[in-house]
Amino acid sequence: MSKIIYEKPKALSDAVFHYCPGCSHGIVHRLICEVLDELEITGNTIAVEPVGCAVTAHDYFNFDVVQAAHGRAPAVATGIKRSLPDRIVFTYQGDGDLAAIGTAETVHSSTRGENITIIFINNTIYGMTGGQMAPTSLPGQVTQTSPYGRDPKTQGNPIRVCEMLATLDGPSYIARVSTDSVPHIKEAKKAIKKAFQNQMEGKGLSFVELLCTCPTNWGMSPTEAVKRLQDEMIPYYPLGVFKDVDGGADNE
Amino acid sequence: MGEVVLMKGNEAIAEAAIRSGCKHFFGYPITPQTELSAYMAKKLPKIGGTFLQAESEIAAVNMLYGAASAGVRAMTSSSSPGISLKSEGISYIAAGDLPCVIVNIMRGGPGLGGIQAAQSDYFQATKGGGHGDYHLIVLAPNSIQEMVCLTAEGFNISEEYRIPVMLLGDGTLGQMMEPVDLEQIPEPVFAEKPWAANGTQGKRKPNVIKTLELAPDELENSVWERERKYSIVKEKLQKYDAHDIEDADIIISSYGITSRVVETAVKMLRNEGVKVGVIRPITLWPFPEKIYKQVNPKAFLSVEMSTGQMVEDIKLACECKSPVYFFGRTGGIIPTPNEIVDKVHEIMKEVM
Amino acid sequence: MNNCKMILAGFGGQGILFAGKMLVYAAMLKGKKLSWLPSYGPEMRGGTANCHVIIDDEAIGSPIVTHPNVLIAMNQPSLDKFENEVEKDGVIFVDKSLIERKVTRTDIKTVYVDATEIADKMGMKKLANMVMLGAVLKETGLFDADEMAQTIKESLPEKKQHLAESNVSAVMAGFNI
Repeated sequence: MSKIIYEKPKALSDAVFHYCPGCSHGIVHRLICEVLDELEITGNTIAVEPVGCAVTAHDYFNFDVVQAAHGRAPAVATGIKRSLPDRIVFTYQGDGDLAAIGTAETVHSSTRGENITIIFINNTIYGMTGGQMAPTSLPGQVTQTSPYGRDPKTQGNPIRVCEMLATLDGPSYIARVSTDSVPHIKEAKKAIKKAFQNQMEGKGLSFVELLCTCPTNWGMSPTEAVKRLQDEMIPYYPLGVFKDVDGGADNE
Repeated sequence: MGEVVLMKGNEAIAEAAIRSGCKHFFGYPITPQTELSAYMAKKLPKIGGTFLQAESEIAAVNMLYGAASAGVRAMTSSSSPGISLKSEGISYIAAGDLPCVIVNIMRGGPGLGGIQAAQSDYFQATKGGGHGDYHLIVLAPNSIQEMVCLTAEGFNISEEYRIPVMLLGDGTLGQMMEPVDLEQIPEPVFAEKPWAANGTQGKRKPNVIKTLELAPDELENSVWERERKYSIVKEKLQKYDAHDIEDADIIISSYGITSRVVETAVKMLRNEGVKVGVIRPITLWPFPEKIYKQVNPKAFLSVEMSTGQMVEDIKLACECKSPVYFFGRTGGIIPTPNEIVDKVHEIMKEVM
Repeated sequence: MNNCKMILAGFGGQGILFAGKMLVYAAMLKGKKLSWLPSYGPEMRGGTANCHVIIDDEAIGSPIVTHPNVLIAMNQPSLDKFENEVEKDGVIFVDKSLIERKVTRTDIKTVYVDATEIADKMGMKKLANMVMLGAVLKETGLFDADEMAQTIKESLPEKKQHLAESNVSAVMAGFNI
């Protein structure tokens, strides 16, 4: 007799991911779907998908999805959550979306403590448009629009979003996790779960930043990309819990 | 007479929206429409609704997009510069086929312009504003009574056709007070919303509200599908008010507050024996073309608080069978009845 | 007066808009047609404030008053601004406590009222507007004093009901000059 040891979460559809080999989107989609199933909230959930590679995330989700304009997902999620307070609403956003064009929406939904969950994919680059410099691109990082490497003097410094939002009183939970290894992915799932549980308990905005890879636009193989995440991104973007109203923050 | 009260236009719109079942309002302060937000801020929390002052006009319109996606009746309001900011979101709302009401209490532009009443957002309201092939249904009341009735009707129409509705007023209508009979507000007709993204509850396939179609043929299909809906609206929804048009040598067209000034001028002219008539568009989109095809004056005159943005719609509607003249003031200045009377005299000399 | 086209003008804070509101409220209670249009914007704070009031037996076209037949000037800038706009045979009410100059027009009627001083003497500094309103009612016959007293009581919200009595006394003082 064979035993089922892995099953696709019900919240995930049967569609085949269009994401590139080695891209972290698939991992994060699956983690979210596992959490929704485990918490038995899939049928009560509405996702707000972004502009970017995850713009067709609705193809992979077995629940309602609203597509937002670039940067506006937290505002759209606010509109949904205020209209249907007993539903579970989350946004799924990349770094350009969340930390450049949508900075105001990110900061203000956070400071309002909107009772939503924000999933932030930080891969230090604009993916769908073909690899331009992002607000989180590292100093020296070569991209299509920083061909000589990001020079902080002329192109600004990367934004550490978790640290910035942690200064606000509104959010209930802010964590940075990574998708580079099995232990880190397990940690990531825990953080995502907590972020949804907080919403179910009405605690206010929960924010999970996931350090992710973009091998295609980084010009690397999937294994090289994972190594870059570990060697360059984690030192600049330290993992941890930056805020937790339940007292679980690393600095407490 | 039912429940007659004295209200400012801005507050009356808010009250009418609440009576129409709108419990969700997202806004940002801007003169001269702020009383609308203030009224909502006071009333909505008491009836279990949401008033939210957003961080920007852009956020406000996207909150509206979210609320409309969730299937509730929702509204935002602003004035000209704020509507420019909202235009991106309005394009998305139109593309998502989402019902809602957007209020523009116009002030002078371009740029920051001024804060006094103007009608220079006609093009923005009727021809686009945002990108893409889309239309709003644009309603232009000329009294506080009409403002409340059209607000309520706006919600009903918007849900029936899944087209966003813009209520286009101006600073004068927003600020002035007139008696208004709240019992005349049409009853809300709530449409079924099987498309709403409100959670599957495991009982249906997921609903997706999206505005992206990467495949050109699919995008084209959706654009033409929407266009078919627009042609039904064009056929069925043309609304106007007209009088004295049968014998008129000159037919004056104007909308909103300007049409009130025109009425005063028309009285003066009729007393002099000048044969003037009136066609007042109430829907600016769809423009009431049909009535212009039925009349045969020696000239049309468009009176606006702009540099003549409605003129081309009148020309198209009447197929240029008579010359279309224009008189307008801008910058926040309202034409006077005497100015309009003088303009009519001038036209009479040319066409008689 | 069957067709009253009025401009009330003065400093922000003199209760110009409120006096106008009381007039249109009284008109509504009497079943007349009316409109009330305030000036708005930065001038609301300490600058000049004015409102246009139309009370008519017939439906009102434009709510904008370009040539009033009644002008209430509560300060000199207002008199300077609107004196020449008043229709022939119209009436100008001047708060002579605050306006030193005389009205120069001779084709209109002028009524000088010591509105601010009377209000001061009654210990109701802020009610010069209502004293003036009383004088306007007396001269124009738009409403009688009792109708206005009734209007004030009915229109004030509950939180401001305690102010009704002083407002009514101020109107009476203006009416009985």
